[in-house]
Amino acid sequence: MNTNGGFDVDRLVEPDRVHRACYTDEAVFDLEMERLFHKSWIYVGHESQVPNPGDFWTTMIGKQRMIMSRGDDGRVHVLYNRCPHRGALLCPEQHGNAGKAFRCSYHAWQFYMDGSVRQIPVRDGYDNTRLSMDSPDARVKPAERSGSYRGFVFASLSADGPDLETWLGGARVAFDDMCDRAPDGEVEVVPNCFRVVQKSNWKIFLENQLDALHPSITHESTGVAASAVERDYEDRTGEKPPMSYGMLSAFSLPFEKWDSLETVGFPHGHCILQGYMGLRPRDPDTLEYEAVMEKAYGKERAQEILGVNIHHVLVYPCLSVQSPLQQLRAVRPLGADRTLTEIWHFRLKGAPEAIYRRALAYYYHVNSPSTMVNADDLHNFWSCHQGLQLDGGEWVSFHRNAGQDTETDGVITSVTGMSEAPMRNQFRAWKEYMAAGA
Amino acid sequence: MAGNANGAVSAETQRAVEQFLYRQAEVLDERRWDDWLPLFTDDGLYWMPVSEDQDHGEGVPNIFYEDAFLMDMRIKRISHPRAHSQRPPNRMSHVVSNVVIDAEDPETGDIVARSRFHVSEYRNDEMRHFAGKYRHELARTDGGYRIRLQRVDLVNVEGPWEYVLQYWL
Repeated sequence: MNTNGGFDVDRLVEPDRVHRACYTDEAVFDLEMERLFHKSWIYVGHESQVPNPGDFWTTMIGKQRMIMSRGDDGRVHVLYNRCPHRGALLCPEQHGNAGKAFRCSYHAWQFYMDGSVRQIPVRDGYDNTRLSMDSPDARVKPAERSGSYRGFVFASLSADGPDLETWLGGARVAFDDMCDRAPDGEVEVVPNCFRVVQKSNWKIFLENQLDALHPSITHESTGVAASAVERDYEDRTGEKPPMSYGMLSAFSLPFEKWDSLETVGFPHGHCILQGYMGLRPRDPDTLEYEAVMEKAYGKERAQEILGVNIHHVLVYPCLSVQSPLQQLRAVRPLGADRTLTEIWHFRLKGAPEAIYRRALAYYYHVNSPSTMVNADDLHNFWSCHQGLQLDGGEWVSFHRNAGQDTETDGVITSVTGMSEAPMRNQFRAWKEYMAAGA
Repeated sequence: MAGNANGAVSAETQRAVEQFLYRQAEVLDERRWDDWLPLFTDDGLYWMPVSEDQDHGEGVPNIFYEDAFLMDMRIKRISHPRAHSQRPPNRMSHVVSNVVIDAEDPETGDIVARSRFHVSEYRNDEMRHFAGKYRHELARTDGGYRIRLQRVDLVNVEGPWEYVLQYWL
């Protein structure tokens, strides 16, 4: 039994339902930060956010404020955002270029981009003290582990656990799919990210990402409005409406369509939802892009890449990636009832501009602060978080198609697209992380 | 656009532009959606860039970058009975001020005007506040001014968003 501060992790999570305390209890949240966010790999940022030596970008791993920096030697480092002297933040700003060194605003201690000491004023004052300048106590502490997969930088605040590639497992497809779609085999970030605060627990967001039952309900108003404007556009211009309108009208697809999709659950809570938006139309832009891809990869490999049919990849517990549209949302929990999302999109290196415009349109419609899509998601997240604080019930239901999923070597395939298998898989991993630290 | 860079427009022009800006704000505050699109020319754009340095909105990220079709889509969405985020609906109150006319075309009467705004928004027991500046490119038509381009720069544009914007500021 895993008893922690009055609650029992084993009893909070059953195979087909979870206790509401998982979402609303601050003590559970604190334990999640300790055992999940400070133990697993967490997405920090993309290498192209810090292209030049001295560049840095700040973010959060669980409760820890971290810096991603680029050293003179070209290496990317992940450091705690803390001066070892008296504890001031080394980088109070979101991003910038520190030049040769980070310089603390309080007493001008200076550190190289890897956190090692460059200079400490009136250094002789430390002679014959217990602080040696080459000790770990004098340098900026790095994340216990950091690594990059195809340019996507992760760090772990725990020295133990599987290496990054093993941990990602089947979820590597998120980054492989995104990068492979670039004729040059890599992507670059488009500055800057949108940051949107959700007034709800972080898990409510992740559960929504692969929830194929919700779009036609939650986004009905947007689907209907976009369909009407598509018709109006054709009537008034005589031309086909922009493809981006179709990304919105797709929300009014019938249940049968959503049910025909498939989800796959991997170890550590990662999951995939197959694509549905038909991103391979036969318009001139797509044909030009496919020609560039065939030139870069050869016909067979190019077709294989373009045939990957993924809508969302969930990298648990920190990321929701939409590889065919080159965007991702990084989850930064702020409290049991508040979650920040950092929303980024990317350019496929070597691809025609029109393909970037497609990603940009989706970024605008779905992920910008004026989104006509997430407005209703965020409303539902808030609404769930409110309702879960009530005594009207103790459990959150994930019963849909429970017991019908097939599992082979730890990989779970859902029986239908609308199965709640992805949520069950996330909580299976949650329970493992939470129990592991007990 | 040629014009009176020193702001030497007539008192009537100054007043007419100010009245136009106030009335546009009123359309939002009163949620008079039928009156929103007619404020713009047929090719008019509403634009909120992601940075004050941005000099165009095409092919780059924006917070808003909407033509008549997209604005119409937004109106249709928030008017739909199952636009969940409109339960309850939000309300806004605009104060528009510091109106400076940068240019007036002596031939067409077209205007470039700058102004400042403060918007309070109420929804679900909470108030939010937005502040920034407008830049209006106005076409003078027989029916009065219409907006060719409205640029909106928020003072906290790169900050985190508590929730989202359901329609224009």
